[in-house]
Amino acid sequence: MITINALNDVFPILIQGIKITVSVLLASIVLGYLTAFVAGFCRLSKNVILRKITGFYVEVFRGTSLIVQLFWLYYAFPILFGIEVGSNFWAGVLAISLNYGAYMSEIVRGSILSVAKGQTEAATALNMSRFQRMRLVVFPQAVRMMLPEFGNYLILMLKSTSLVSLIGMTDILYYGDILRSSNLSQAPMVYLLVLIFYFILALPLIWLTRKLEGFSKKGVASQ
Amino acid sequence: MNEPMVKFKDVHKSFGDVEVLKGINLDLMPAEKVAVIGPSGSGKTTIIRMLMTLEQPTSGSIIVDGENLWQMEKSGRLVTANEKHLRQVRGDIGMVFQHFNLFPHMTILQNCMTAPIHVKQENKASAKARAIEMLDKVGLGDKLDNYPSQISGGQKQRVAMARALVMRPKIMLFDEVTSALDPELVEEVLEVIRDIAHEGRMTMVLVTHEMEFARDIADRVLFLDKGVIAEQGTPSEVFGHSENERLDSFLRRFRR
Ligand SMILES: Nc1ncnc2c1ncn2[C@@H]1O[C@H](COP(=O)(O)OP(=O)(O)OP(=O)(O)O)[C@@H](O)[C@H]1O
Ligand SMILES: [Mg+2]
Repeated sequence: MITINALNDVFPILIQGIKITVSVLLASIVLGYLTAFVAGFCRLSKNVILRKITGFYVEVFRGTSLIVQLFWLYYAFPILFGIEVGSNFWAGVLAISLNYGAYMSEIVRGSILSVAKGQTEAATALNMSRFQRMRLVVFPQAVRMMLPEFGNYLILMLKSTSLVSLIGMTDILYYGDILRSSNLSQAPMVYLLVLIFYFILALPLIWLTRKLEGFSKKGVASQ
Repeated sequence: MNEPMVKFKDVHKSFGDVEVLKGINLDLMPAEKVAVIGPSGSGKTTIIRMLMTLEQPTSGSIIVDGENLWQMEKSGRLVTANEKHLRQVRGDIGMVFQHFNLFPHMTILQNCMTAPIHVKQENKASAKARAIEMLDKVGLGDKLDNYPSQISGGQKQRVAMARALVMRPKIMLFDEVTSALDPELVEEVLEVIRDIAHEGRMTMVLVTHEMEFARDIADRVLFLDKGVIAEQGTPSEVFGHSENERLDSFLRRFRR
């Protein structure tokens, strides 16, 4: 059977790419959420300059495409500014986390702003400090609003990791492309397996998103 | 002894171009119970929100227990109070809101423990004991581990009162605390306020549309109209016949 043979040829090669895909994803998740929180809080800061700078970052990264950002980080920056990002791994991770961090910082900011004003007022009436009001009252409620959205972005981030094959990283898609170019007739089988791989990787993320949605349903006073 | 607990001196408040309070002068004595009545939009809520530091007066000053609330001295000059100064002065004030504003992500017990622990640095065990004591007092000792979404409006408002009481305020502000409640739930809340009032120690300001209730528990009633205190006196003076036509027609709407 041709298909079974093809499967036997293709599967072990593709599976080599999973390690890269997963490690890019994990690093991007950590760095992306970190960026989102830092940028989200900066946009709510009382400091105008900080707000403006962060706002500029967010608009630039939301307004341009991820591939172009990736190429800038990997190819253009080293030549223009002599800044070496280090490796294609970090270029990829940085591009993905800065891009998704920009989007998610808007979620952070929006969620914090949409906690009902009465919550802050009640906290003030209990004589909490500005920091306590944020930490004990506003932030825990804002996080509950962020979670479902954050879950969706997890899945989007997973999908975007496939772009790192364009800067020479050996992820799932990279091996898929190699296999296809060595034997075009295998293309349907190769890309079917690539799809399945991504979907299987997405399953736990989808499950997590559901969980987060459930968790976020209770315990929010929004206005 | 007879120093006022709170003193409003010619307090004005504008929102944009609209002046909603036009010179409020008011002394609240220790343990005094004052009811504030008046038509919608007359500025009742704004008065107590300024005292709770939720709204800054446009001019004038508010003195709490001898301390200037909204101003502080800085190198010999009076400047607008910063957060630290506000925290120092408002520690003796508590407030109950029309829409409860319970913290929905905390249980009833946590709602009543969080501020004592974090604001007053009480240890957990004594904060818990006191929270339970207060929740028992408002009749909710059996709901400690419920979330606010699981209890009725009247129960929520009673939790809100316990939450304020655990902080041992000297001054309690109530902003129409029953007007968001179904009629059958009003009485259980008023009952709790009556209990607190009868203990006598606290200065209380009650913005209310419950005229019977105001007559019952207030030492003094203020009628606020168009941004000024248009009439004030004992309940029998204010609710009895008055020469003030606006007060008369306001009160007539509550009699049937
Ligand atoms: N944050 C605000 N911004 C602009 N206008 C405000 C604000 N808060 C209150 N006002 C206005 O100030 C006036 C007085 O409001 P306030 O809430 O103190 O009235 P009130 O006597 O409590 O009325 P009610 O009986 O309806 O609660 C109203 O005309 C209101 O529209
Ligand atoms: Mg009001």
